[in-house]
Amino acid sequence: MPMTALADAIKKSARTAALSTPIAVAGLMAAAVPVNAESVLKIVPHADLRNVDPIWTTAYITRNHGYLVFDTLFALDENLEVQPQMAAGHEVSEDGLTYTITLRDGLQFHDGAPVTAEDVVASITRWGARDGMGQKLMRVTESLEAADEKTVVLTLSEPYGLVLQSLGKISSNVPFIMPKRLADTDPNAQVEEIIGSGPFRFVADEWQPGNQVVYEKFEDYVPRDEPASYAAGGKVANVDRVEWRYIPDAATASQALLAGEVDYYEQPAVDLLPMIQSDPSINVETVDPLGTQGVIRFNFKYPPFDDKRARQAALWAVEQADYMYSIMGDPKYFEEFCGAYFMCGGPYETDVGSEALRGKDIEKAKALLAESGYDGREVLILDPTDIPVAHGQSLVTAQALREIGMNVRLVAMDWATMTSRRAVREAPEDGGWNIFPTWWLAADQLNPITNISVAASGDTAWFGWPENQKIEDLRNAFARETDPAKQKAIVEELQAELYDFVPYIPTGQYYQPTAFRDNVKGVLEAPVPFFWNISVE
Amino acid sequence: MYAYILRRLFATIPIMAIVAVFVFMLLHLSPGDPAVIIAGDFATEDQVDKIREQLGLNDPLYIQFGGWLINLLQGDMGQSIYSGLPVTKLIGQRVEPTLMLTLCTMIIAISLAIPLGVIAAWKVGTWIDRAVMTLAVFGFSVPVFVIGYLLILGGSRTLGWFPVQGYTSIFESVPGFLSHITLPALTLGAVYMALIARMTRATMLEVLNEDYVRTAYAKGLATRKVLVKHALKNAMVPISTTIGLGVALLIGGVVVTESVFAIPGLGRLTVDAVLRTDYPVIQGVILVFSFTYVVLNLLIDLTYVLFDPRIRY
Repeated sequence: MPMTALADAIKKSARTAALSTPIAVAGLMAAAVPVNAESVLKIVPHADLRNVDPIWTTAYITRNHGYLVFDTLFALDENLEVQPQMAAGHEVSEDGLTYTITLRDGLQFHDGAPVTAEDVVASITRWGARDGMGQKLMRVTESLEAADEKTVVLTLSEPYGLVLQSLGKISSNVPFIMPKRLADTDPNAQVEEIIGSGPFRFVADEWQPGNQVVYEKFEDYVPRDEPASYAAGGKVANVDRVEWRYIPDAATASQALLAGEVDYYEQPAVDLLPMIQSDPSINVETVDPLGTQGVIRFNFKYPPFDDKRARQAALWAVEQADYMYSIMGDPKYFEEFCGAYFMCGGPYETDVGSEALRGKDIEKAKALLAESGYDGREVLILDPTDIPVAHGQSLVTAQALREIGMNVRLVAMDWATMTSRRAVREAPEDGGWNIFPTWWLAADQLNPITNISVAASGDTAWFGWPENQKIEDLRNAFARETDPAKQKAIVEELQAELYDFVPYIPTGQYYQPTAFRDNVKGVLEAPVPFFWNISVE
Repeated sequence: MYAYILRRLFATIPIMAIVAVFVFMLLHLSPGDPAVIIAGDFATEDQVDKIREQLGLNDPLYIQFGGWLINLLQGDMGQSIYSGLPVTKLIGQRVEPTLMLTLCTMIIAISLAIPLGVIAAWKVGTWIDRAVMTLAVFGFSVPVFVIGYLLILGGSRTLGWFPVQGYTSIFESVPGFLSHITLPALTLGAVYMALIARMTRATMLEVLNEDYVRTAYAKGLATRKVLVKHALKNAMVPISTTIGLGVALLIGGVVVTESVFAIPGLGRLTVDAVLRTDYPVIQGVILVFSFTYVVLNLLIDLTYVLFDPRIRY
C-alpha cells in the first residue's frame, strides 16, 4: 500500500473510530459482563501463591490455601479452645500417655477415596518432620498407629500438655490431612498433587502463579453441625467458586475493589484506606481479632547486643507508639500498649516485667549502654525497604538508638535478600548483622512453644541465636505441664525473665484491616482468612 | 540476502550464549538464597541444607550451569524452584498477554507518532510543532505508572469505559480483549510515542532541507506527496532504527505496565521471579527477551531495504 493510501486509510479509520466510540464502548461493557449462574467469590490475597504444599513451606499464603483444600483433625475455636474437626472425638488414657482418636463419618478426599486412619498417620508424621511444634510432639511420641480404618492411636513416652494444641494448631505449619500416597512424600520435597478433603477443591489447571488460583466447591464435603468458629465448626461452602486474583499493585487492587471487579481485598495498604472507605458499599473491618506483633530482633553473637545491658538499653530507648504510628498510622488499628510477649487478648496475656517498654527513659538507656561497655562500634540494622511494616520498624529503631548515642547504619535491601542475610552467622562487618525487623501473626505467638522468637537454645534457636538455659527450662516445663493454671504461672515467670534477657523488642500489637464489598456476607472473624461460610449476593 | 539472514541468525548463537553465562553468573553471585525463603522461619540449618540439596543448589556453579545448559539445548528450561511448574509452561502461559500488549502498543504508537512527527517538522516553529513537542516531552518524562494511574482514574473510574485491571485473551473474546488492552497499551505507548515522534521530527527536519525536497517543491508537487513520498521515505531508516531500539524501552515499560494493570504477562513473571530469586524462571525469561530483541532488530535491519534501495545485504 503506498504511503498516501495508508495515510488516507488511517484517517478514514480514525474518523470511523471517533464516531463509533460510544457504541463500541457500550458493546465492550456489555460483553465484559459474564453470563454465569454460579456464584463466585473474587479475592485479592495478600500475596501470590507460589507453592501449594502447606507442609513444605510456612508461607501464610500457602497456609490460607491449605485451609480451603485440606481439613484438620482438630481445630481452634474463637475461645482459643481445641475442638474436634475431622475427629469425631478422642479419649485419653488415665496415665495421659495414650490418645485414641476416632474419625467422623463421611470424610472423603477430592479424588473420591475415603479418609482413613492410615492417611492421618502419614500426614501427621510428615508434618512432625517439618513443623517446630510437630517436632516437639514427635520427640515425646513413642508410636503413632492406625488401629483400624477409623481409629488413630498416639502413644507418648512421657506426659505432654500440648498434644491437642499441636494437632489443632491454627497457623503454619498446620497439620493438614492428605492422602497417604501424597503424605509419604519426602518432607523436604513438595507433594506432586494437591488432593485434600476440605470444603473446596484446588483446580490445578487454572492455577497461574503470579496471577490466579481457583477453587471449586467440593460437593461431597460433609461439614460439622456446629456453627463455624475460627478453624472449628461447620465449614459450609456457600459459593461455587473462589478465585484469588493476585494484584501486586496496592492502588490498582483498591481501584478494582471500588469498581466491583473483585469482592474482597485481604490486606489493603493502610494509606489507601481513606479512599476505600469513601465508598459506602465497602466494609473495612479488622477480621483478625488477635492481630499481629511487630518484632525487632537482636544478634546475640556479636557486640554490642551480646550483652543484655545493651539490649535493655534499647528497650528503654524505644516506645511502642512510635512504631505503631509509623507502620499503621491510624490508632484505630493498634493497641496503645501491649506488654505481653504472648499477645494481648491471648490466653497467656500478662504485663509482668514490661516497665521498660512502657515508657521511654533516655538517661537510663544511656547509663545501661555505658555499663555494657559499648565502644561506639557501628550497629548494622537490616532495612527491607519493600515491606512497609518492616521498613518502618527499622527507621524508628535507628532513630531511637542514635538518640542514646549508638553509631547506627541502616542497610537497605529487599525482603528476599534480608531473609538470607539474617541467616548469616558471621560478624556484622563480614556480611552479618546486628538487628533485623519482622512481624508475627498473634496466632503464632500465643504460647511459649509456638512463639519461636523467645526460644533461647543458642545455635539451634531462631536467627539471632540467643542462649538462656532458664528460658529453655521454663518453656519445657510449660510444654510438660497439663494444668492450665500452672501453665499460666510458668508463663508469668518466663515473661519476667524475657524482659530481663530481651530476646527481642515487641514493638506493638496491630490489626490489619480487610476490605470487602457489601454483597459479601458471612465473613468470619478469625486470625486466618477463611472462605467458608461466605456468600456473595 | 538469504545468506545475510542466515549469518545474522547464526550470530545470535554466541550472543545468546554470552547472555546465558552472564545472567547465570549474575544471579548466582547476587545475594538471596531461595532455600532459606522456602524453609521459612522455623527451619533448622539442617533442613535448609536438605532443601538446598533437593534443589541442586549445593552443586558447584559449573555443574549447575552445565546441567542447565544441556537441558536448555533439549528445550527444557527447568522448573520453578517455588511452584515446581516447568519454566516453559510458565512462560507459555504469559507470552500472549505480553505479545499482544507490545503489539497493540507498537501499532498505536507508530500510527500516531509518525504522523505527529511529520506534522511537527512540516510546521516547524509554529504552535502545532510546540504542542506536539510538549506532548512528547510529557510522554517522555512522566513515569509509566503515573500515566497508568491517571488513565485508570479517567478511563475506568470516572468514565467507566474500561476495566481497571486484568486481561482477557483475544481468542476468548475480542471485545473483552479490546476493553482490557486499551488503557495498558496507551500507558506503555506514551514513552514510545514520544521517542518516535521526536526522532521523526528531527530526521524529517534534516531531510526537508535537502536539495531534492526543494526540487520536488519546485516541480510543483503537492505538499502531502513531498512530505510522505520524498521526505518521510528517506527519513525512515533512522526512524525504524529508533522503533527497533525502542523495543528495549517497551520491555522495561512492560514490567511496570503489567504490574499496574495486573496483566499476567512476562514482565510480571520476571519481577516476581527476581523478588524471590527463582533462578530457573529468571534465566528462562531473560533468554526469551534477549532472543526476541535480537530477532526484532534483525527484522528492523531487513526493513531498511524497503526504504533505501542503496542498502544491499
